[in-house]
This record gives sequence, C-alpha cells and structure tokens, in this order.
Amino acid sequence: MNWLTRVRNSLPFGNKRETPDNLWVKCKSCQEMVFAKEFEDNQQVCPRCDHHERIGADERLRQLLDMGYEVLAQPKVEEDPLKFKDTKKYTDRLKEARAKNPYADAFTVGSGEIEGHPAVVGVQDFGFMGGSMGMAVGTAFCQGAERALKRHCAYIVVTAAGGARMQEGILSLMQMPKATVMTRRLREAGLPYIVLLTDPTTGGVTASYAMLGDIHIAEPGALIGFAGQRVIQDTIREKLPEGFQRAEYLHKHGMVDMVVHRHALRETLAGLLGYLAPAKAAA
Amino acid sequence: MISYLEFEKPVAQLDARIAELREATANDEVDISAELKRLEQKSADLLSSTYASLTPWQKTQVARHPSRPHFRDFVEHAFEDFMPLGGDRNYGDDQAILGGFARLNGRKVMLIGHEKGNDTESRIRHNFGMGKPEGYRKAIRLMELAGRFGIPVVTLVDTSGAFPGIEAEERGQAEAIARATEACLALPVPMVATIVGEGGSGGAVALASAERVLMFEHAIYSVISPEGCASILWRTAEKASDAAEAMKVTAQHLKKLGVIDRIVKEPVGGAHRDPAAAMQSLAEALEEELAALEGKDPAELRRTREERFLTIGTV
Repeated sequence: MNWLTRVRNSLPFGNKRETPDNLWVKCKSCQEMVFAKEFEDNQQVCPRCDHHERIGADERLRQLLDMGYEVLAQPKVEEDPLKFKDTKKYTDRLKEARAKNPYADAFTVGSGEIEGHPAVVGVQDFGFMGGSMGMAVGTAFCQGAERALKRHCAYIVVTAAGGARMQEGILSLMQMPKATVMTRRLREAGLPYIVLLTDPTTGGVTASYAMLGDIHIAEPGALIGFAGQRVIQDTIREKLPEGFQRAEYLHKHGMVDMVVHRHALRETLAGLLGYLAPAKAAA
Repeated sequence: MISYLEFEKPVAQLDARIAELREATANDEVDISAELKRLEQKSADLLSSTYASLTPWQKTQVARHPSRPHFRDFVEHAFEDFMPLGGDRNYGDDQAILGGFARLNGRKVMLIGHEKGNDTESRIRHNFGMGKPEGYRKAIRLMELAGRFGIPVVTLVDTSGAFPGIEAEERGQAEAIARATEACLALPVPMVATIVGEGGSGGAVALASAERVLMFEHAIYSVISPEGCASILWRTAEKASDAAEAMKVTAQHLKKLGVIDRIVKEPVGGAHRDPAAAMQSLAEALEEELAALEGKDPAELRRTREERFLTIGTV
C-alpha cells in the first residue's frame, strides 16, 4: 500500500474497499488475470470462469436497486457488551474493520425500488469481520424489516456471513430469535420476505433469517450450510461429496428455489415482486 | 462411585483417605469416629467452597459431567405420566430430541428436550444429544400440537450443538433450526425453557426461544463451545478455559445480561452428586413459573416473548 492509498483509506468517507489499487485483478477461482475495468463492468463476476466474487454493500445495493435509493443510517448498539478479549481486544478488531470498510458494521439497509417495485434491501457484508452477526447486524436486520413494514413493501435480504460474532458471545446467539420475530411480523403483515444467499452463508445466520424466506435465491457456487466443512469432517471422518454445501447442491436438495446468475438477479427479483407485491404498496 | 473432575482432586484425595481409614479400622478397637467425622466435615466444606467459586471452564466440565441427570432421568423423577410421542411425519424419529405429554404435579405439559444418554450404548442411540433436522421438526410438530390443545410447553435443553453431518445438511439442518425457533415464538401457550446442562448454539436456541428461560446453577449456554471459540480466535483449543471466561457462558453471567430469567439451584457439588435434589429443585421452579403464566392471553404471551428477544442487550 502506498502513502496515497493509506491516506485515502483513513478518510471517513468514500468507498475504500472497492477502489481498485491496480489495473488487473486475479480471479480467485480460475487464477486468470482480468482487466479490472472489465471485471467491474461485469458486476465482479469473472468473465472467464463466471466465478462470483464477493461484493460489498454499496455495490450490491447499486446492482439491485433503481437509482435514487436511500441508505439508512446504521442503528447504534452497545459496543463490546462482554468486554471481550482474545489475542486482541474486540474493540481493536472493530476499529480495524472500520478502517477498511465504508460502514460501521456488517449489515446495511437500502430503501428504494426494484424496477419500480417498492423494496427494502438489507445487505450483509462479508468484508466486515466475515459478515458475522452480532448486535449491530441483528438490529440493522430488524431496522430493515421495520422499514418494510412501514412502507408496506417487500423485504429482501442478501446474506453473507461465517456465522455469529463470537466476541459478543450469547448476545450474538440471541440475534437468531430476534430476527425471527421480525420475519414473523412481515409474514403476518402479508409482506414478501426474499432471501438472496451469497458466498458464504453459514452457521447461525443460515439457521435463522437466511432460511426463513418466502423465496430463497442463491448465487452460483455460493457456500451455504449450517456446520462448517472442517467441523463436519472432524465429526464424521468421511470425505465430503463433490459440490457439498454449494448453491447448486442446496438447490438439488430443495433448500433454495433457484440459483441465479448475478446478471439476472435484478430482473428475477422484479419478476418475483410482480407476483408477490402487496396490493396496496405505499411509495 | 462418583467420578471426580480434575479440579475436584483435593476433595477426591480427602475422600480416599476417609475410605482408607474406615477400612483399616473396620475391625479395630480404636475409636476414630471423631476423626472420621472431622475429615468428612472437611471434605464437605471443601466441596462446598470449591463449588461456590467455580470458574466458567470448571462449570463447563460440571455441565458435561457424564453422571449429570439427563432428559430421561427428569422425565422419570420430576414428571409423571410421560407419554412419549415420536416422529416428524416426514423422515424419521430422532432419538437426540425426545418429547411427549407429561404432568408436573398434575399440571399438563408438553415436554421436549435433548437426551445425551448415560452409557456408551445409549449415548450412541441418542447421538450424544446432537439433534438432526428430523428431531427439530419433531419438536415443531409437538409444539404446534401443544399450542392447538392449550398445553404449556416445557423444554429441557442439553446439547453440545446440532449434529454436523452430511445428511443433516442435506435434509436442511439450518432450516429445521430456524423453523423450530419460529415455532417457539409463535406459541399461543406458555413456554418455559431450562438449560439443564449444555446449551450449545443454534441447536439449543431452537428449543429455548421462550418467554421464561431458566438455567441450572452450573449449566452453560453459549454461541459456540469454548473449545471451538478458542480454536478459531486463539488458534488452539487449549485456550478453551480463556474462551469460556471471555464468552461469559455461566448462569450467573447470563442472568446479569438478561439472557436468562432465573437460576435453578443445584445441590452442593453439582446435580450429579444428588440427582434427586436437582430434580426436586427444577420441579419446584417450573411449577412456580407455569403457575405465574397460567391463564395468560395468547397474544400477550407472544408479545412478551417477542419483546424479550427484541430488547435483549439493549439495556
């Protein structure tokens, strides 16, 4: 990192992670060098092998929502309620994550329209501490649901997380029932709740709001599961089957409705909203 | 014969000495009853003081003690008229999660919980208390049944976590857990959950999303096992003790955080030293909780439960 990048990254505004340092990027899947501009124009999907690279909240919102959407301010929560310290203090880990990210935690809500259909979109960002679900993520999830209830429109959540945020201990586990309270409220209000599962979605996130959608869409190749592969291997001492816990595997086993290429997501969501949008949608 | 835990060594040594003395002087004329009594008192005091200040890691070992009473023990001794119900009507009948009708001092309840097993054979049969999707789906079925017939739900949580396996993933372990959590939240009848041993992660919360959550004095409840946390954050499972400390897994900590509502007292030296006393203690606590929830309006019950989880950690 040169001094200019360092200065730029320390500024509190601007889109840090998504600024290409380089003209070329290497595809993490096929290892081919791809012209960065081409990669970006292709929605961060490798033009050679179709690998869907992980993307941040801003990029996701831009790809899914019509222009002119609103990004909600992330709700404030108590930080480091357990005064957690492993080899590092949790507060230091948070500081580091914030220096590298445009947002203060891993869940960002955008409110707008998808091809004219009103929708609230919540995006979990793997780039922020592995997307892990703590109080901030759980509370932001609820904030998005509240906004959908208020606007009487669909709630779409893009999941990406290794699981619960261990540094918040049991309080991270408590986000599972908390988020579930809100998915129930959406259902009772007759509002569609759609989950877009992206790479990777595992642990307590999968075992709560990621699997409670009216419709489940997955991005190609995304790792989706409850238990981590190493844990499974250590428990059963068997070789895992080819493609285990990938989007296509979940589709085959009936856990997701469809696997959709990133290029077709917006259109697919709009199509679904055409069927599911509540009769009287307020703008 | 009780098996002592590592940290109980001083107590074990004293007890061994008492046994030795007793044997050596069994046919003797010398009267050592006063000395024996003194040693026994010393052992009891030591046990009591040890258990009064257990570290989170020591509590983890107590919570996992092989002789700790499990679901079937509670069914037999704390409840009456248990009528087991089985199957998820879809795939199978998981033996890690059991359930059925039961009575608590005459009061009807739907009793659901994890069973770990008490010996090698039963541990294998019950899959060490690690539920599979069909187990969670059985729990959902039983909760819905209880809801329709106005029977309060009582759960006993005791699992290291839901089973991590290929078939469990294929059959939707995550979905089953999420739906079980949802089923708890949707109940129109009272629900009281008790963490009796280990409350391990999603596999525990799926049966513990209740308006009243109780916990045995030496039970633990955690988002990940201390070993799991240590191997990820400290990069070695050997730091499990530090992880248990940092994650605040004990009933005492969780009560302060508002995650649990009530601590159920255990006999001195842990539930495994006097299971009958532990069961009595739990039965009394549950009786009080159910009596307090009796006759509440279904909508109010749901609202209380929802508020409980929406506000945890915000105070």
